[in-house]
Amino acid sequence: MKGFESVIGLEIHAQLLTRSKLFCGCGTGFGAEPNTQVCPVCLGLPGALPVLNRRAVELAVLVGEALHAHTNTSSVFARKNYFYPDLPKNYQISQFDRPLCSGGHLYVSDGGKRRRVRVTRVHLEEDAGKSVHLDDAGGRRTLVDFNRCGVPLIEIVTEPELRSPSEAHALLKALKQILEYTGASSGNMEEGGLRCDVNVSLRRVGERALGSKTEIKNLNSFRNVERALEYEIERQAGLLAGGTAVLNETLMWDAGRDRAVSMRSKEEAHDYRYFPEPDLLRLELKGDWIDDVKSRLPELPEARESRFVESLGLPPYDAAVLCGRRALADYFEEVARLTGEPKSASNWIMTEVLRTAKEGATDEFPVTAANLADLLTLVRSGRISGKMAKDVFARMAGTGETADDAVSRMGLRQVTDVREMRTIVDAVLSENPKSVADYARGKKKLFGFLMGRIMEKTAGQASPTLAESVLRERLEGVREGDANT
Amino acid sequence: MGICELSLREMGSAVARRKVSPAELVEAHLSRIRVCDPTLRAYVTVNEAECERLARDRGRQSGGPPGVAAPLNCIPIAVKDNICTKGLRTTCGSRILRNYVPPYDATAVSRLRDRGCLLIGKTNLDEFGMGSSTENSFFGPTRNPWDLERVPGGSSGGSAAAVAAGMAAAALGTDTGGSVRQPAALCGLVGYKPTYGVVSRRGLVAFASSLDQIGVIARTVEDTAAVLEAVSGWDAWDSTSARRGQVRARQTGEVGKSGVLRVGVPWGFFSEGLDPDVSDVTRAVVSKLEKERWAFEEIDLPHAEYSIAAYYLVADAEASSNLARYDGVRYGEREGGTDDLWEMYVRTRTAGLGTEVKRRVMLGTYALSAGYYEAYYLRAQKARTLIKRDYEEVLRRVDLVLMPTSPTAAFRLGEKLHDPLAMYLSDVFTVGVNLAGLPAVSLPSGYSRSGLPIGLQLIGRAFEDQTLLEAARLFEQVVALEARTPAGLKGLLESGRGGA
Repeated sequence: MKGFESVIGLEIHAQLLTRSKLFCGCGTGFGAEPNTQVCPVCLGLPGALPVLNRRAVELAVLVGEALHAHTNTSSVFARKNYFYPDLPKNYQISQFDRPLCSGGHLYVSDGGKRRRVRVTRVHLEEDAGKSVHLDDAGGRRTLVDFNRCGVPLIEIVTEPELRSPSEAHALLKALKQILEYTGASSGNMEEGGLRCDVNVSLRRVGERALGSKTEIKNLNSFRNVERALEYEIERQAGLLAGGTAVLNETLMWDAGRDRAVSMRSKEEAHDYRYFPEPDLLRLELKGDWIDDVKSRLPELPEARESRFVESLGLPPYDAAVLCGRRALADYFEEVARLTGEPKSASNWIMTEVLRTAKEGATDEFPVTAANLADLLTLVRSGRISGKMAKDVFARMAGTGETADDAVSRMGLRQVTDVREMRTIVDAVLSENPKSVADYARGKKKLFGFLMGRIMEKTAGQASPTLAESVLRERLEGVREGDANT
Repeated sequence: MGICELSLREMGSAVARRKVSPAELVEAHLSRIRVCDPTLRAYVTVNEAECERLARDRGRQSGGPPGVAAPLNCIPIAVKDNICTKGLRTTCGSRILRNYVPPYDATAVSRLRDRGCLLIGKTNLDEFGMGSSTENSFFGPTRNPWDLERVPGGSSGGSAAAVAAGMAAAALGTDTGGSVRQPAALCGLVGYKPTYGVVSRRGLVAFASSLDQIGVIARTVEDTAAVLEAVSGWDAWDSTSARRGQVRARQTGEVGKSGVLRVGVPWGFFSEGLDPDVSDVTRAVVSKLEKERWAFEEIDLPHAEYSIAAYYLVADAEASSNLARYDGVRYGEREGGTDDLWEMYVRTRTAGLGTEVKRRVMLGTYALSAGYYEAYYLRAQKARTLIKRDYEEVLRRVDLVLMPTSPTAAFRLGEKLHDPLAMYLSDVFTVGVNLAGLPAVSLPSGYSRSGLPIGLQLIGRAFEDQTLLEAARLFEQVVALEARTPAGLKGLLESGRGGA
């Protein structure tokens, strides 16, 4: 690797969260029975014609705008021709020389460094089906599930500007966050909501020309992207160090064996014979329409994170965690708004909420924002202690009860009444005459022991501050700020 | 001559006034088919059972299904076999689809059904519409009812032969480069190709998507208009269908009334080497029309000479992609016997597609290939733009363009089959209209010395189909061609009766 630098570009495919497919009315749900979400259009039956899904265009434009790209008022769908059984028309409707959005960028933070990475383009295309290869009692055969066929995807292409596998990983993370914020895509790699191909080449440090590159496909997790790049950079470096040229080829990542296998060389590369799709009109977007979509852009993660630090006073780490997902940031903001205490809202979410959410392994929050806010308000008003609140939270998470209900069901309340506290303290003192006498002789440490007795007597429900001040008053005749007696 | 020779309008009113029952009308056509079609082979599939059943049902109702009225109720209409019909096999004249049954109706077909039409059968064609003679069909050639040794034209030759022989009142065809107009001309019928976008292409099995358009073949302009009214109009399922595409059958009488019709004739483009019969008919018709205040002027279509080259590049490029789906994976014929996917593709397509189709798929693939795209596909598109501009400029000065539909009357079976270039050149007058997306209609205009029909076409402005139809009606009235019974048909009917 010495003397070389790696040049990495990504091609990311993200499934758009539309109810129906890109060119027909079939559903897009994940996990349906094979070949149940299909029709003549997505099966490519003779005579069927595509009709563009308006919502898919909106979502794609939303992503383009979130990536600061330019939305082209005129773009063209094109056919990408190749034969494969999961592609029923044997061409994919995609975009080629006139994509929906061009240019753009996003910021990538890796190892404390923040860099701007340019995005070449964002375009719309349809997904293919899924081949299932079987070798069982029924023999060796391939079955095809066309449910995914025609599902809307956006392809996002970055400039070859990434310099390391970890930076590629960081870009994917940032992109996933943006996709999730815009509501355009789940960014879920496991369900095929996000897929990534990488291009990588090496060149001598200081050189401008790009070395010959390889493309790696079949990367189905962020970890695999990083691992495959590490593998491939090492392989190319080894070749170059030994004076061997890198072949321009397409590789397939084999996660099981942790290595990339050659799929095809440049000579075997497909000639996709792109040409404008004659079944669809040129996609013309009006400036007003684009502005309207743009106006629906939510506050993006980067901006939100810095607002959390600067306006709400959160530590940068907390702000980053809370902004990791839009739903989490929304949840935090709601609790902060209802309580007026962003810091304690953040503390609670960073600890109790996230811990419980993780255990439940669900995307939903264990306690609603309104209920959590009520709980925090109870703590602040002193009605329950912070320690009690954790138990109350656990109950609320289990039962879905409101804070008030949980507190009363648990028989919890904090003794905050001075007279009641005096009665309790007096009882404790009379039960422990020896300790009181020792305290008076100077064994000040016994104050803590007496506090413990009070807590014991009240089953932990005594307000610690109140108990302390009453105890001090009784032992030393000091009276503090008690206007009522 | 009987019931089968009536015009569609006459049949419609006979049914409406109960002079003929739907069952009688259907039976008359089915029996004509039984007599003639074993020789003519206009049909790939006859929809006998469904038509008989529907006719019986309609006979019991008074006046047909609710909301359905003459002229189309119970009319037997033939549909070219590259237009999808639900539950009725749609072969495209290809071995690869010989048993393919679509799960849905083409929009044009469902609109005909809604008007009460009976789909009498699916007509033969050049495979996927690729040809000008209906000889390139897996099901064998169709013969011309005017002369059984001659072709009916193509690719909608089955539709034309069926209407010419009284085996259907009218028919749907498809016109990618003249495939409705040329067979109509060669069979003595009206053949209408609408403006691109007027009739939905949903369910029309694509040959060349940017050129394909469903058209109508009928005996009169009025019949043509009635069918066109039913099938035209915007369709949400076809992104290229036009919002302003609805055509009305009712004549406004505006055309020609307010003044002279200005008609451009590109004499320079078509005269050289033109068949003398076609030339004579053209001149005779022009002089007849001149007497009726049609003002003719010579026009120039400077890029028309590139239309054949541009057409075959664009059409074949699109076809190479459109036909890629016939791969044996999901539907159609599969040639198995191999474990290798690529080998299965090769065997399936080698066996399933005909010679002409393979020739065009290869041509089109080549035209789109890296390194050739600019030289072929892109240049052809540029030529297409220039050809379109020629027409637009001319049609600013004149209302219509007139020229022969085909350079010759019907040619002999086999005459051009092994000379693809000669076959391609028979489309020289028709392809320009498809490249420009314009409406055009071929009208019966005269006969050759040997008694074969000759057609002339009128070409109108985009989306002025209504005007073109009215001009066509005037043309029909002025030319007032004597009706003749096709000679071949006459022979078939006589021997059929003799045999019966």
